[in-house]
This record gives sequence, structure tokens and C-alpha cells, in this order.
Amino acid sequence: MSLQAPERLEERVVVRDVGCTVCGCLCDDIELEIEGGRIVQVRHACAMGTAKFLHATGDSRLRHALIREDGSFRRAELQEALDRAAEILVDASRPLLFGWSETSCEALRVGIKIAEEIGGLIDNCSSICHSPSILALQSTGLPACTLGEVKNRADLVIYWGANPLASHPRHLSRYSTFPRGYFRERGKSDRTLVVVDVRRSETARIADRFIQVKPNSDYEVLTVLRMLVREIKVKAERTGGVSMEELKELAEMMKSCSFGVLFFGLGLASSSGKSWNVSAAIKLAADLNEHTKFAVLPMRGHCNVAGTNQVLGWQTGFPYAVDFSRGYAWYSPGETSVVDLLARGEVDAMLVIGADPGAHLPRKAVERMAEIPLIAIDISHTPTTMLADVVLPGAVVGLESAGTCYRMDDVPVHVRQVISPASEVPSDEWVLEQIYRRIRRLRG
Amino acid sequence: MLEPVSQPECGLVAEVVSCDVFAGRSRKEIEELEVYAGNRRRKLGDFFSVSGSAADSPEETRIVIAGSVERTKWIGRGMSAGEIVVEGSTGMYTGAWMKGGRIVVKGSVDSFAGMMMDGGELVVQGDAGDYLGCAYRGEWRGMRGGSIVVHGNAGSEAGHCLSGGRVTVKGRAESFAGVRMHSGLLVLGSAERRVGAQMTGGSIVVLAETELLPSFELIERVTSPEIEGVRFEGVFEVYAGDLAERNAKGRVYVKVE
Repeated sequence: MSLQAPERLEERVVVRDVGCTVCGCLCDDIELEIEGGRIVQVRHACAMGTAKFLHATGDSRLRHALIREDGSFRRAELQEALDRAAEILVDASRPLLFGWSETSCEALRVGIKIAEEIGGLIDNCSSICHSPSILALQSTGLPACTLGEVKNRADLVIYWGANPLASHPRHLSRYSTFPRGYFRERGKSDRTLVVVDVRRSETARIADRFIQVKPNSDYEVLTVLRMLVREIKVKAERTGGVSMEELKELAEMMKSCSFGVLFFGLGLASSSGKSWNVSAAIKLAADLNEHTKFAVLPMRGHCNVAGTNQVLGWQTGFPYAVDFSRGYAWYSPGETSVVDLLARGEVDAMLVIGADPGAHLPRKAVERMAEIPLIAIDISHTPTTMLADVVLPGAVVGLESAGTCYRMDDVPVHVRQVISPASEVPSDEWVLEQIYRRIRRLRG
Repeated sequence: MLEPVSQPECGLVAEVVSCDVFAGRSRKEIEELEVYAGNRRRKLGDFFSVSGSAADSPEETRIVIAGSVERTKWIGRGMSAGEIVVEGSTGMYTGAWMKGGRIVVKGSVDSFAGMMMDGGELVVQGDAGDYLGCAYRGEWRGMRGGSIVVHGNAGSEAGHCLSGGRVTVKGRAESFAGVRMHSGLLVLGSAERRVGAQMTGGSIVVLAETELLPSFELIERVTSPEIEGVRFEGVFEVYAGDLAERNAKGRVYVKVE
């Protein structure tokens, strides 16, 4: 149920169970107090969530379409900006549609339709974060579980190369470590928290056990753990800076727990070894299932980055980096992934939505973005919109528009519309649908 | 003879550059062959000036590319016979799914060269990118036959999922060479760490010292061994692995003298 146009209401309105579309935790228990169309109070959310909710009705929102002319932006009619965006995409021979992590699955569905129509490429943020994890799970499998199972059952929680207290602030309190679960009635007292990292992070400081590995030696440490779990003799005395006693104890803890879960972050997936690090972690969890129940889950970053892989997966067969240039879907990370495409200069037009590659890609890739026609759909100005030729306003999914997002454990969550959009568009999906219609018209 | 005239910035997909396709076609027909520049269908003649004539069978056909074509992908895809000589460098997927014949690249090749190769010969006089002789995305059995020789260096994961055939890198291979290899022979001049990770079979020969994973166990020392039908001179330490895998029967030979 959505509460329409509360700005007309004079009094304060409290809306409960709002979805928070910031990180992969996708918390859906947020309380908002709204007065005169502005969010004045946020409850239950972490600092990141609170900031996004307060910003959503703040003054720095992008409310109108902009077109770049002679180097500077001018305000444009929405129709004109949509026409221009469609022309750019139709004229390009290797257009790339990138982003999607902070918009709805419904919007992405329209994006895939556009990519197929124009023979373009479509890639999402996982290309630059958990793509090694995806490559690993494609070649190795994934003994996964939901966060609900973790909450109710897990008695051993391991974070490897992740610092959720900073990246996913409510992950420990809502899902993994502190909550009381069906079989874990005493919450934290019924669980053991282990952190494996290259430095003593905030999460490591509150862990029962912290294991410090040397940077870029995770693969070796995981290999030795796999051997210890299968009781194969290891000759080395230390591996990756960790003593054999420590590793033996950890292996024993893993084998003797009743439900273990290993959450890994980009510290594992993006350090030297990449997909093979994740593959070793997955194989470790698979081996442990001969002794107990053990699951492994990636700490997905954005609110809907897991959803982009899901939707692309069921529509094209591939989770990211999909190339439609020959009419059918082709997938080859390294060739069809965003950084490689931009750095090689292959892309000749780009549309960005629900991401900020201008701030996060390597310099060479961003330089290419500056050279080519760029369309940005966003809720406020970012380094990407600063490089754009056409800027279209978006609407915050889960606040100004309804939609589906996938939590980090691939559980879909429907997020509602709570207030009217601050911009002149009803939703990202609508903006993309308008572009799609124009493309169809231009292509006859 | 193909002389590169221009190379589109967005890359050229030209799997038609293959002796199987050229054989029995006239110069005009070869010029008309379909290539893709991004999503635009173009003709081979738009990017190459074609001269000479093709033989009737692929075996007798010889294609010479007189220059560098770094942005042209899929040269010699699935080729079964004949010879392609490239005077310069080539783009990605050179010789992928090749079944026979010979490709000689006088410059370097980009990533995924010799992907899923089944037979024939790929010779690279310069360097190779990542994933030399690899499996395609999602497949766990890679190259099954034929031979790849790189005279320079190779990127990461050379011989990824190798399941037969022979890959030789005379220079240095970056990390994870021979990762998840099942059979066949991988010869490396020198190698960065993590050689043979997750390998279950086949042999890797490293002609210089290298840092092996803790899951490889020294089993013996041999002199001038014959490995997969090839004799290697010198003294080698033989390691068994990858012991973290089930039923692993892989061997890594490291030259010590």
C-alpha cells in the first residue's frame, strides 16, 4: 500500500516498514516521519540509509532534464532530452548500457529490451565488484543459503575480506551475529564470530577470533584449510602469515559447528587470485558439507546488484557483460565487460543508470566516457552526470517509485512508493520505456 | 593476401578470415564476406584490400595478412586446414575452436587465443594476452588437442582447464598458469606463483624456479625425463598435485639444474 502525495498533508505522517535501497542488506523495517512532503525523521536505518532518506527530499536533487550545449548544461524539456537520448543510442555502433544496481528489476527489464533492440551491450556494477565471485560460482557452484537461515541456525559466522560494520552496518545486528534466532535463542551468546582479513578492521575488533593473513595470500590459506578439513598432511609451518596451529583450530571449528556460514567481501574477490580465491572458498564450504552444514555467501554491495544478475540471468542466460551486437546474447567478461570495453575505446555511446562509473572506474575508462556521447539517469549530480551530454532525472526506487530489488542472498523484496517523486518523472522504468518507444519509432 | 586498410575503433568481428571460408571463393566473393563492426554488418572488403586467389580446398589455401590487426577478433575461428600468416599482431580469440591447419602470428595475440582448440598449430612470435588456450566462459574442459607455441610472454591463466594438446610459453607466464588443468602438457619458460592451482591431471614443466602452492608435494628428482612424449634435458624436481583436489594426478616438473 502506498501513501500518495503526502505533501498535501499538513500533519506529520509516520510510515512503517519502508525498504531501504542502499546496500545489499535491503532492510525493510525502516520508519519514516514525513512532514509537508519532506522526510524529517528516519528510524531503524544505519547512517548510510539515513543519509539517503534525508537526501531524497533535500535540496540537492536533480529535478529536471539537462542537455549539454557548448560545454555547459541548459535546462531542457523532458521530451527533448528523451528524443536526444534515443537518437544517441540509435546512432551508435557499439552502445553500452551500464549501471542498474540502484534501480528496480522492472527498470532493468526495459533496459535489456533496449539493449536487444539497438544491438548494444548491457553490463552492471557487478562487473567491477563481485564479477570474480560470479565467475567462480559459474565454474564451481555455490552452496548458498538465505539470511533467514543464518539468523535462525548459524552458530559459526565467518567474515572473510569483509568489514560489514562499515560496508553493511546492520548485517551483524539484523541477520548474522546478534539477532535471536529460532535455534539461536540467546543471539550472540549462541554464535562464534570469526573475521579473516589483512588488517584489524572494526568488525575484527568485535570478533571472537581474528585471523590476520598477509595481503594477497588468501588463496594459499584457503588451500591449506581445504587440505586440513580433508585431513591431508600439510608440510608448511606457516601459510600467508598464519601459523599451522591457528589454521588447524579454525578448520576444527568449521568441522564441529552445527551450521556455519562464510561471508566473503571484495577483500577476497578482488585481491590477487580473484575468482580462484572465491572458488577455493566455495570448495572449502562444499568439502565441509561432508561434516556439517556449511554455506557461503558474497557480501553484495548495492541494494539491487544481486537483482541485476538475476534479471539478466533469466532474460539472456548470462548474469552481466552481455553483448547483443550480433542479435543474440554473447557473454565474455574481459571482452564485453565495462572497464575492458571503455579502456580499449570500443564503446561509442553510453547510458548510465543507478551507478556512478565516473567516480569509480579507472582513469582510462573514464577518459573514454568523456569522449563519447553519454546519457545519465540519476537522482542527483554525480561525477558521471558532470561528463554527460544528456542528463535525465530519476526517481528513488523504494521511496518515490515501487519495484522489486534482490537482497544479497538473492531473495526478492518488493519495495513500495512512499512519497511523490521530487523530479518530473514517475520512475526510472518510465524514463527507459519512453526512450525505448522513441528508439522503436526511429528504427521504423 | 589481405592488406588492412582501416580498423574500426569499435573492433571488428571477422571469423570469416579462415582458410575453410576462403577456399573456392573468388576475390570478389571474399571481399563480400560479412563482418561485424559493433552492431553494423559490413563487408570484409571495407577493411581489407584483397589480392591473389584462393585455392579450391582449405588445405591448399594460404592467407597472408600484411600488417597489424589488433582490433580484429576471431581470426581463424574453427579452421580445419590451410595456413594463415599474420605479419603483425591480432585481436582476441585468434585460432579459437581451431581443428587443424596452422596460424602464424609474427606480432602478438590478445586474450583468449587458441580458446577451445581441438587440433592444428598456433605459433605466436610475440606475446599472448590472458587466457591463452583456455576454456570458454562456463566450460570446465578447455583445449583438447593441437599445439600452441608463444615465443614471448603470456598473461594470466595460460592453459586454463587444459584437457589435452600442448601449450608452450617460452617466456614468462603470469599467475595461475595451468589452473584447473585436466590433461595435456603445459611448458613454461618461467612462471609466476600458483602454477597448476586446482589441477587434477596432465603435466606442467617450468624451466626455472617458481613458487608452488602448499598443496604440491615433492615426490622425486629426475634427470632428462620424457614427459607426455617430449624429452627435456636437465634435472627436474617432480611435484604431485593439486592435493587440495580429489583424486588429483597432476605433475609439476620444476627445472633445478
